[in-house]
Amino acid sequence: MNTAPAVIAQGLTKKFGTFTAVDHLDLEIAKGEVAGFIGPNGAGKSTTIRLLCGLLRPTSGSASVAGYDIVRQPDIVRLHIGYMSQKFSLYGDLTVHENLRFFAGIYQVPRPQIPERIAFAVSMAGLEGREGALVRTLAGGWKQRLALGCAILHRPPVLFLDEPTSGVEPEARRRFWDLIHTLAVDGVTILVSTHYMDEAEYCNRIALIDAGRLIALGSPGELRRHELGGQLFELACPILGATLAAARQAPGVIEAAIFADKLHVLLRAGTSGEALLAHLATQGMEAGPIRAILPSLEDVFVQLVSRRQKVGP
Amino acid sequence: MNPRRILAIAYKETLQVWRDPRSLAIALLMPLMQMVLLGYGISLDIKHVPLCLYDQENSQTSREMLQDFTASGWFKTAAILGSNRAVRAAMDNATCIGALVIPVNFSRVLAQTGQAQVQAVFDGTDANTTNIATGYAQGVIAQTAATFARRWDAQHGVRPPTAGSINLQSRVWYNETLDSRNFIIPGVVAIILALVGAQLTSLTVAREWERGTMEQLISTPVTSTELLIGKLSPYFLIGLLDAAFCLLTAAFWFQVPFRGSVLTLILTTALFGIVVMGIGYLLSVRIHNQLGASQIALMLTMLPIAMLSGYTFPLDQMPAAIRAISFLVYARYYVTLLRDEFLKGSSLAEMASSIAALLAYAVAVLWLAARAFRKRLD
Repeated sequence: MNTAPAVIAQGLTKKFGTFTAVDHLDLEIAKGEVAGFIGPNGAGKSTTIRLLCGLLRPTSGSASVAGYDIVRQPDIVRLHIGYMSQKFSLYGDLTVHENLRFFAGIYQVPRPQIPERIAFAVSMAGLEGREGALVRTLAGGWKQRLALGCAILHRPPVLFLDEPTSGVEPEARRRFWDLIHTLAVDGVTILVSTHYMDEAEYCNRIALIDAGRLIALGSPGELRRHELGGQLFELACPILGATLAAARQAPGVIEAAIFADKLHVLLRAGTSGEALLAHLATQGMEAGPIRAILPSLEDVFVQLVSRRQKVGP
Repeated sequence: MNPRRILAIAYKETLQVWRDPRSLAIALLMPLMQMVLLGYGISLDIKHVPLCLYDQENSQTSREMLQDFTASGWFKTAAILGSNRAVRAAMDNATCIGALVIPVNFSRVLAQTGQAQVQAVFDGTDANTTNIATGYAQGVIAQTAATFARRWDAQHGVRPPTAGSINLQSRVWYNETLDSRNFIIPGVVAIILALVGAQLTSLTVAREWERGTMEQLISTPVTSTELLIGKLSPYFLIGLLDAAFCLLTAAFWFQVPFRGSVLTLILTTALFGIVVMGIGYLLSVRIHNQLGASQIALMLTMLPIAMLSGYTFPLDQMPAAIRAISFLVYARYYVTLLRDEFLKGSSLAEMASSIAALLAYAVAVLWLAARAFRKRLD
């Protein structure tokens, strides 16, 4: 088994008229990895996935999926991928079994294996006993799991899931992520996009995307520890507004923001929490206690986006 | 091209048609409705033309002749008049649209020479009706003349070449009963097939775009040729069934005489089916919504076929420029072929040019349709 990355993108760019949806994206995803695309709506997540599936032609740059070029060999790429689009896209007027049978035929699943694969997909989706139900009568979570079942009937080595959990209730979302990890254990490479920050924690690696650009890439832990370029502190204080203004002027402070009833202050490495408290005391500000915290991915994302906006693209 | 993928698409498409009331109605009810509506509703025949009679002679012979006119069913007696002035008045106030004047010496001249003349006057305002009614009048007179000829034979034993001729004589080819239904029904079959075929297929790809299922489909290895064949084959079978229904109804219910070869009929019908369905598919691929695609399909099939296929309006009576346009209307070839097969029983050689034209259309449309579909979103 070779160890070449399952997905490689180099300078991948897609423009729609004057709008740049994906802007010089460089990315590598290793085999068997669960990679998350995180970013707000309109950040270019779906466009990137569609480019990688060969559904859109890149304006410039290149990419390969499972070792095949997405521009020159789109049909071979399609043999090696499973794709779940953002909008539910199975046939509502066909039954669960008929949908599965259709995609098994389209993907040329070897005939003797069809019953077993379909049975697996049905049990994975938790739809035992409802094989004869018209798909449009199913609830959201079941539809999503069935769509996943259809996308993996041919055992693709690479799976693209575009916001598979949007509009699905939390319990069903959690079950869905369990499925994704089951597949990853079997060696499937999975690229999944979401705008739920909490789901990012389920991924091996995260690509933070904003305005078509990749702004950070790493494991959730790496991003939280290193991306901010400093240590995050949580500071309790009685007068939030004035303390915030004073903290922003204090030496060694990279960024400060109100977070619920406390301040989150990012300090340059080498600056201690006590030093900040001491500085605030000289300004006549009463504050404390202060403690170092691990930032959430949301902190990281917000920090990185606001920093980019200050610097300018 | 992979047969399994084609089969998977064809099967899926069949299920969808089966479960879609709209498609099912188009596939099953439309042919029936159209056949009844167009078969019965459209008729260029005229019955019970109001006719005034002015019998100047009032002999047994002249009365027999008038009897033939009313017995034909084409004419009814509006009034029996006694003067030329009364005929003029009746025509003026539209009591009748035609008058038959039998001259005073009609039976005498007929008995002596075997020839005679009758005068038929028609209101020329409705040229079409007059044309047809004149034809009918000739038909009746010919019939009367034949009776006289037989009688002459019986009385004289010999038949002079001119005996039993009452001047007007016309002969109608192919459609001896002068029934315009025989002329129209084959065209109706073409119109139904075009309508059903293009309507059904115009929905098929647009539906996938509209419901978002296309995005999933194009992410699979399916090719555009497989999609074309897989999607069209169930509709093609439906179309052939519909065509069979219409053609059988034409032959057995409407009693349109069939004189051609069944095999040629099936082949030409299949060709025409491919053309109309290919056009519907092309539209569906290009226009991503069902309503738009089906409306344009209607415009591209129904209008030119109704106007320019020769289905009701005879092409040879059109101005040259319009006739030239009609050569582009693929349906004219099928309508022509249907009439050749039904009424004339033409040989293959006689139909070759029409078949070739239809074949060229089928190849061109399929070629375009196979290329039209792009497996991309942009």
